Amino acid sequence: MLRYTLLRLLGAIPTLLFVIALAFLMVRAAPGGPFDSERALPPEIEANIARAYHLDEPLPKQFLRYLGGLARGDLGPSFRYRDYTVGELIANAFPMSLKLGSMAMLLALIVGIGTGVFAALKKNSLLDRAVMAVAMTGISIPVFVIAPLLVLLFAVKLQWLPAGWSGGGGARALILPVITLALPQIAYIARLMRASMIDVLGSDFIRTARAQGLGTARVIRFHALKPALLPVLSYLGPAIAGILTGSVVVEEVFGVPGLGQFFVRGALNRDYTLVLGIVIFYATLIVSLNLLVDILYGVIDPRVRYR
Amino acid sequence: MTKPLPLLAVFAALLFAACGGDGDGRQSVLNRGLATDPESLDPHKARTVQAADVLRDIGEGLMSYSATGELVAGAAQSWEQTADSLQWTFIIREDARWSNGDNLRAQDFEFSLKRLVDPATTSFYAQIIEDVVEGVTARDERTLTFRLKRPTPYFLDLLTHPSTFPIHVPSYERYGDSFARAGRYVSNGAYVLDTWLPGSIIILKRNAYYWNDDATAIDVVRHHVVTQEVAELNRYRSGELHITSVVPPDGFAQTKQAFGDQLRVAPYLGVYYFGFNLTRPPFANNVALREALSMAIDREALVDKVLGRGELPAYSWVPPGTSNYEPVRFRYADLSQSERNSIALQRYRDAGYGEDKPLEIELRFNTNDTHKRVALAVSAMWREVLGVETRLINEESSVFLSNVRQRTVTQVFKGSWIGDFNDAHTFLGVMQGGSSTNMPAYANDEYDALMQRAASQVKLDRRRLYLEEAERVMLADHPVIPLYFYVSKHLVSPQVQGWGDNVLDYHYSQHLSLDAAR
Repeated sequence: MLRYTLLRLLGAIPTLLFVIALAFLMVRAAPGGPFDSERALPPEIEANIARAYHLDEPLPKQFLRYLGGLARGDLGPSFRYRDYTVGELIANAFPMSLKLGSMAMLLALIVGIGTGVFAALKKNSLLDRAVMAVAMTGISIPVFVIAPLLVLLFAVKLQWLPAGWSGGGGARALILPVITLALPQIAYIARLMRASMIDVLGSDFIRTARAQGLGTARVIRFHALKPALLPVLSYLGPAIAGILTGSVVVEEVFGVPGLGQFFVRGALNRDYTLVLGIVIFYATLIVSLNLLVDILYGVIDPRVRYR
Repeated sequence: MTKPLPLLAVFAALLFAACGGDGDGRQSVLNRGLATDPESLDPHKARTVQAADVLRDIGEGLMSYSATGELVAGAAQSWEQTADSLQWTFIIREDARWSNGDNLRAQDFEFSLKRLVDPATTSFYAQIIEDVVEGVTARDERTLTFRLKRPTPYFLDLLTHPSTFPIHVPSYERYGDSFARAGRYVSNGAYVLDTWLPGSIIILKRNAYYWNDDATAIDVVRHHVVTQEVAELNRYRSGELHITSVVPPDGFAQTKQAFGDQLRVAPYLGVYYFGFNLTRPPFANNVALREALSMAIDREALVDKVLGRGELPAYSWVPPGTSNYEPVRFRYADLSQSERNSIALQRYRDAGYGEDKPLEIELRFNTNDTHKRVALAVSAMWREVLGVETRLINEESSVFLSNVRQRTVTQVFKGSWIGDFNDAHTFLGVMQGGSSTNMPAYANDEYDALMQRAASQVKLDRRRLYLEEAERVMLADHPVIPLYFYVSKHLVSPQVQGWGDNVLDYHYSQHLSLDAAR
């Protein structure tokens, strides 16, 4: 397994290099620059700034300079946040995104798996249909619609929860963002779990277990749950990606200072280094998470072997 | 389903781990909305209106403004100028201190102003000082002398600008360019930077060493970064903000109805305009066409029906309320709209267009609700009055700016200009030949000559005449179509005391207090 892991890690390097090169080119291909403003600068000041950030050099040279910095672990200075380096911004923002994302993920798993199993047990009942209808709605409504609705209801109308994260607002301020982020995932996981559970419950080994006189709770807990979880597990990769992209909107709406927000602003502000830094960070994260899921798969399903 | 229980416990634990709590509730805490993060809190590198808003809380120049926008003494206690207005001497307050207790010295100002104009600093605002100041010298710890290149009536106003704020030299020597960070920042204003979480919040604490600390009422100022206007409104409605930075254009009437006098709308020194690309056909060398398009716009209808937030129709380039200035109006300003329309049609025909040969143009703006509404309304007016076919092109703002600046595909574009200080020069200077802010590429030697003459004039009333004449010359050439003058729009909680409306839309936290009983 160690050999497998190492090989996979080595294989990730060309992928990452490709991502970096592509992102670098795309960011530069966008019209406009980081220091554009309606309040245009005198040309000599513009030239000074370009020189200070090496923007006056030919693109290949800039790319090599960037790769050189990267090799030393330096993501460069942010163009928009002139008092910060990209590394500092990511280091500040990632814990926030991680907290938000992992809580949303956890919530999605708990509620999604729970409802899925519940619906599977009550298969084709009215309750099952109702739950699945709600889940379908949850999948179809985009985050940028859910978020303001939740804010209007819980923050503006009922005034139970704050409408935005505001530094020291405490856990209460995270409730709405976490729920918003988790909702589509809950819906998806519930549907996945229901289908897979119905499938497993109909298989021979469950019938055998039942025939041995085991109760429903015991059958599910010790026999059905683990195999039924496999599809959910393989969905974890896409789910994480979904939460990452969802966080872009959620962080913006609720003012959570996470990576998603910086990513969007960075792109709009032509903050080249910030966008690149986050792309590289995300790419590395996703590559390693995919690897982790593959390894976990083997732990849960003994039929999977690594070579 | 017993399995998820431990997971649930982990979830709850995570939730509560995130809980910090607000701490001291007895302090007076002001929550303000801020439309974007400052790009820097280094006064020499800051560029946006938002950065300046925060900087005015934590720093102070030689001069400052009162809540209602009157020029008052800042770090300087007194000043005098020579008869030719070319040399100014300021005496710094004896009790002026940095937030670490150090004396505020004239040398700090000298150092800072020199850093501002040093090309290596890459300051966006170096030019406003460079244009005017020849040199600056600290004669002793409390005496600072400026030599000016030309008499500058707005010189004192200039010294309120955050780019002229002093920086703490020992901090700069220790941390270099990254001195303007929480935990390091030593400043000389009513507040000092406590926390800055980019993308979220800037927290300022009272500076006990500030010379006028006795007059400061609010202990903690929290500038919340809220980029979405609707999100900001929601935060205000849920009681999380005392002051919003804007009010969303959608549902403005409802907002007005719901909040009554909490809604503060005031004239603002800013003009919204459409500019012509004067370097290419059809607008190059075609005054008649430009004038026709300008006259055919019913500005009253635009501000009343399309905008409806109290904006003023613009018939001049310099906004009303600019000090020591009487804006010159278009010659057609006194005509009724139907009279204007018939003259506009005549001019349109003079320019060689008509029903059989309608003008087809592109109107470019950056994607934004207000811009879109205005563009739609104006293009409808042009079609109705003149038969012009307008194609609306909205672009993401960097793309838009780059197209406008290249002047190849751009024909008519949306523009705006916000005054840096209260003087006509901040508006008229935009249109000078060679100015990088001159988006339409307007060039008229007569205009430039009048601006030069105004610049060398010591007497205020003389200078004013030259400036007014320059505006008259420029308006007659129609390089731009001024559409309306901005208003500032805020929601201000009834708890907030001391709020003053002013044309610059500056609202120093140090002038405000909170009355929790309301």
